[in-house]
Amino acid sequence: MASVKRHAEAREPLMHLSKRASISPVRSWIIRICAVLLGFLLCGLIAFLLIEKLQQNPGRIGDFYYAFIKGAFGTSRKFWKFLRSTAVLLCIALALTPAFRMRFWNTGGEGQTLVGVLGAIAVDFYLGGKIPEGLLLVLMLLAALCCGAVWGVIPALFKAKWNTNETLFTLMMNYVATYLVAYFLVVWVPSGSSSLSKLQHGKLPTLGNDYLLIILIVLALTIGLHIYLNYTKHGYEISVVGESIRTAQYVGIKVGKVVIRTMILSGMLCGLAGYLIAAGMDQTITTESAGGQGFTAIMVSWLGKFNPLAMILTSALIQVLNQGAAQISQDFDVSGAMPSVIVGIILFFIIGSEFFINYQIHFRGHSAKAGKGALK
Amino acid sequence: MEKKLALQMRGITKRFGSVLANNHVDLDVYEGEILAILGENGCGKTTLMNMIAGIYFPDEGHILIDGQEVVIRSPKDAFDHGIGMIHQHFKLVDLFTAAENVVLGVEEEKRYNLKEVCGEVSRIAERYGFHIDPAKKVYDMSVSEKQTVEIIKVLYRGADILILDEPTAVLTPQEISRLFDVLRRMKADGKSIIIITHKLNEVMEVSDRVAILRRGEHIATVNTAETNEAQLTEMMVGKKIDLDIHRSKPVNARPRLEIRNLNLKNEEGVQVLKNVSFTANGGEILGIAGIAGSGQRELLESIVGLQPLESGDIIFTNPKKDKPVTFFHKSLKRVKELAAQDAFHDVNMNAVSFRGMRNSAIRKWVDNGGVLFREDEIINLRHKTPLEIRELGVRLSFVPEDRLGMGLVGSMGITDNMMLRSYRKGKAGFLDRKKPRALAEEIIEELEVSTPGTSTPVRRLSGGNVQKVLVGREIAFTPKVLMAAYPVRGLDINSSYTIYNLLNRQKENGVAVIFVGEDLDVLLALCDRIIVMNGGAITGTVDARTATKEEVGLLMTKTVESGREEQ
Amino acid sequence: MNIWLNFLIDSMAFGATFIYGSTGEILTEKAGHLNLGIPGIMCMGGAGGCLVLNAIGRSSLPPFLIVILGILGSLALAMLCGMIYSFLTVTLRANQNVTGLALTTFGVGLMKVIMSKLDATVYLVGPKQMYRWPFANRQDSLQAMGILFFAAVIIAVLAGWILFRTKTGLHLRAVGENPATADAVGINVTKYKYAATCIGSGIAGLGGFYYIIDYMASQEAYLSLEAFGWLSIALVIFALWRPPLTIIGSVVFGFLFSVSSFITNVPWINVTMAMKPILKMLPYVVTILVLIVSSIRNKRENQPPASLGLSYFREER
Repeated sequence: MASVKRHAEAREPLMHLSKRASISPVRSWIIRICAVLLGFLLCGLIAFLLIEKLQQNPGRIGDFYYAFIKGAFGTSRKFWKFLRSTAVLLCIALALTPAFRMRFWNTGGEGQTLVGVLGAIAVDFYLGGKIPEGLLLVLMLLAALCCGAVWGVIPALFKAKWNTNETLFTLMMNYVATYLVAYFLVVWVPSGSSSLSKLQHGKLPTLGNDYLLIILIVLALTIGLHIYLNYTKHGYEISVVGESIRTAQYVGIKVGKVVIRTMILSGMLCGLAGYLIAAGMDQTITTESAGGQGFTAIMVSWLGKFNPLAMILTSALIQVLNQGAAQISQDFDVSGAMPSVIVGIILFFIIGSEFFINYQIHFRGHSAKAGKGALK
Repeated sequence: MEKKLALQMRGITKRFGSVLANNHVDLDVYEGEILAILGENGCGKTTLMNMIAGIYFPDEGHILIDGQEVVIRSPKDAFDHGIGMIHQHFKLVDLFTAAENVVLGVEEEKRYNLKEVCGEVSRIAERYGFHIDPAKKVYDMSVSEKQTVEIIKVLYRGADILILDEPTAVLTPQEISRLFDVLRRMKADGKSIIIITHKLNEVMEVSDRVAILRRGEHIATVNTAETNEAQLTEMMVGKKIDLDIHRSKPVNARPRLEIRNLNLKNEEGVQVLKNVSFTANGGEILGIAGIAGSGQRELLESIVGLQPLESGDIIFTNPKKDKPVTFFHKSLKRVKELAAQDAFHDVNMNAVSFRGMRNSAIRKWVDNGGVLFREDEIINLRHKTPLEIRELGVRLSFVPEDRLGMGLVGSMGITDNMMLRSYRKGKAGFLDRKKPRALAEEIIEELEVSTPGTSTPVRRLSGGNVQKVLVGREIAFTPKVLMAAYPVRGLDINSSYTIYNLLNRQKENGVAVIFVGEDLDVLLALCDRIIVMNGGAITGTVDARTATKEEVGLLMTKTVESGREEQ
Repeated sequence: MNIWLNFLIDSMAFGATFIYGSTGEILTEKAGHLNLGIPGIMCMGGAGGCLVLNAIGRSSLPPFLIVILGILGSLALAMLCGMIYSFLTVTLRANQNVTGLALTTFGVGLMKVIMSKLDATVYLVGPKQMYRWPFANRQDSLQAMGILFFAAVIIAVLAGWILFRTKTGLHLRAVGENPATADAVGINVTKYKYAATCIGSGIAGLGGFYYIIDYMASQEAYLSLEAFGWLSIALVIFALWRPPLTIIGSVVFGFLFSVSSFITNVPWINVTMAMKPILKMLPYVVTILVLIVSSIRNKRENQPPASLGLSYFREER
């Protein structure tokens, strides 16, 4: 018997991992919040390394953290800006979500949004002033939706037919979109400066202020998408395909059709985001019109567990960080790239924290009970 | 015995949760012999061997190699002790050549030289009579070639004890005889070979000794020369156990599903169904017995339209549908005669009588489609997709073997899983969750599913509850044919009986039930007729009320090609 | 010398940036990890090198030592990023796409913050003679090439040799193709994934260093580095996951990317400004075509590693 025990000990590693069967929402949120707090702590440390004014006067560390609140909520204008930028980011994240739920890794939100902007601005550029403003806005919308849908469906067609890797395909489509915009800028701006001045027409009406309409549109979209994903047949099919292709076939769902349809939708909603940027904010286009939000949106959607309502929170978190960090670079006189650094650090911690939510760590000694249960 | 002991297992015990997979098993293996390990599915053969190969670690017991006690913690440890196992599912990198797979993971002093490895592979192959091209990629290989690579992989590492898990399951008879030649040559070379099998003819053909396992226990080890198939079967299946499953007499059994000459090849081009023909009757439970992997899964999946058939027909008889009478084939006189025999009815189900009517009035009534008769509808399901089958009004229910990977969506709750087959019914584009929720609640209540609620992901439920949900849904669909693959696998006694009762109730309602099972006691106690499959073909049909376990057991191991000579 | 030949040589020198980036990414992908953090890692590599060179300043150290210290700085920061990525995706089994994108956000941002603090007149003053050896004193376009260019070619060839001709490479490819099988034959999957990711990141980081310090040697160079990180990921597909092919691919990409600015200098070719973006788009379009064609032909050797993007957890069967 003694030797048996020796075997058992020799077998057992110091640490042993198992997937958690379930975790209470409270505990998982505690883990996430702890991760964010740790992230902020590290941000503070890194700030000491990077910000000279902080090195000279360590007492200002309080200002450093206060800037996150000040940046997003400091003035009413900042607050509205924060809400609107959250809305636009959320809109792209919402667009990507149906695809993600289907386990179609659409990394092309950036490009799909950009061609949406392009479509809207193209219509504005050629027809602005020649047709009634209302019609123009509708045509701009249609153009944006169509462009986004086309950009989204191309990779889906190849995925459905030849199983072409969608992550890489959609990623490449982003840059094709960028240079397509660059091409049109050369065509449209004869001076060669490639910067299109603000167009006079095709501006979304304001609702009280410049921000509210966009916010309301995206809020409606959030609720709409929540309903679409959870209460419609299409949404149901998306979930089944994402979970198991074999189950989908067993109940007679045509997988290729669902993939194509969902990517049309995904691209179209990105196009809508592009429309909001074009008609609601910029009235012009640059190759940076989407501003990397297509990539950030992937993280927003993933952090929100592909749940439209939860994504309101995650997109708000990202924008608090962005605006807070922008405030910091202003207050402490550092590079405007500071937001990226802070967003990156906080994201690392949140990404890492998911592990502690999904897995359980058993240490040698008391793993016997827990380990057995996890084996099943 | 002048032979030397190569491996000894003493008191090996392994539990998985509450299931006892191996109970104090003692086993000896000598040098230069072929030992067959015989037993039904789930008797713990593979688990036992996995403990020698370092996949599992025994809860109790010792393993001795050449008389020395050893600790085997990982496959690498097993290799170091000269033990190599060829698993049923090959562990090969498809993209690599045979030689690359062979050398993978081997730590050697000498420099890596693929040419030398190829040479070594060829040398091993030659020595034991394999045929292999060392530079061939695995993805281009047949199953038999892949197996050869696995065996050479083990030999390359210098294994003296080789364990083969069901090595013949996927091979053709010619490949099997070639494999056996190789095994005999390895034996002559002084290697110990353990083959896990449940095919009696192979045991008799190739082994020197046979160890029989039943329900995790070692029953006996006998010399092959001193035994026969009947004796081995008896030891393998054990005494018949009375299960006390209520079985009613089939009432009014009529053909419902007729399968004719089904042939199917899998993706690798292996013939998995060979000329399968049988009829399933309504009001009857038809059992399908056979070793796992004999084509049962493919058979059921072909019927529901998930496998592209090579040839054959699946004829479904939809019982008695109302059809309007026409004059197309029949004369007015004949129609009147039949009406006099009460063969027709009107739309309100009242009997039709033409008495006192003029011919023109009769003609008008018939032409307007007001006179109906009942006729069985006959539909060929061949080459139909699952959706087309459903749209034809064929109520075919299927409880697949892979419950969470195919039958249910693990991350969804019971309500949403109820919708899987019926979600298209909702209004416009929206889902109707009311009925599925009511159904979910009904199933939870009736089948005593223990779950925190209707929206708890089914993945979190225990195996028995998952199965109740799946079977409950398939039955709620009021099927005409209900097919269930291993519906009680992994279930406790109580849940198993719930499932048996459900199937019986369906039978009494006139449903044609097809039950694929592995436990012969259950098959014999539950079914009315049993067809037995082996290697993709039907080897026999027996009456479940009179057949013995031995009879079925022999059919399970009989090969159709060589069947005649054996019997 | 023919202006086209001049231009070809310049394309090659420019393309070395991509050779570094893609070779690093290939090593990571061969271990089954799609590292979308490569742009960030390249930026950090560049920043690391500049940071060290800035600190050394106009010192009297021997030139080769300055070069080596710069390279070490570059490797250090890039590999640190690789460690972060591997810790999150290998040990903590996080989603690779999300982790990679976060790393790019972080890396690009941090590089910009760091570079804004450095003095280009200090870090660029370094021993240019060393980098461009042995062509430093030539007057023609060959002077664009130097040791770091040749190092890129050698690293790509060496990486190809290791991947396809050595046991280590065999094991690494097995990990990326089928980690469960690799695990079963006793290969330490975690070790290989970490090593491939960190070494790959180091190589990619050198690409950033090369581009800022050697090829461009200008203060604004760092601003366009991120785009070349993404182009390097495209090149991986173009090169069908074979490091030596990145050498050819990098010339093609370099050519396509800079031909637009060059072509306007050729008197007998009449190009409009609008051609420029279209030409710059070509590398990506070609990459998409390669991706499509290889998926249609479905030749197993040209597909992405089978377990690319998936986390490996042994107990998940």
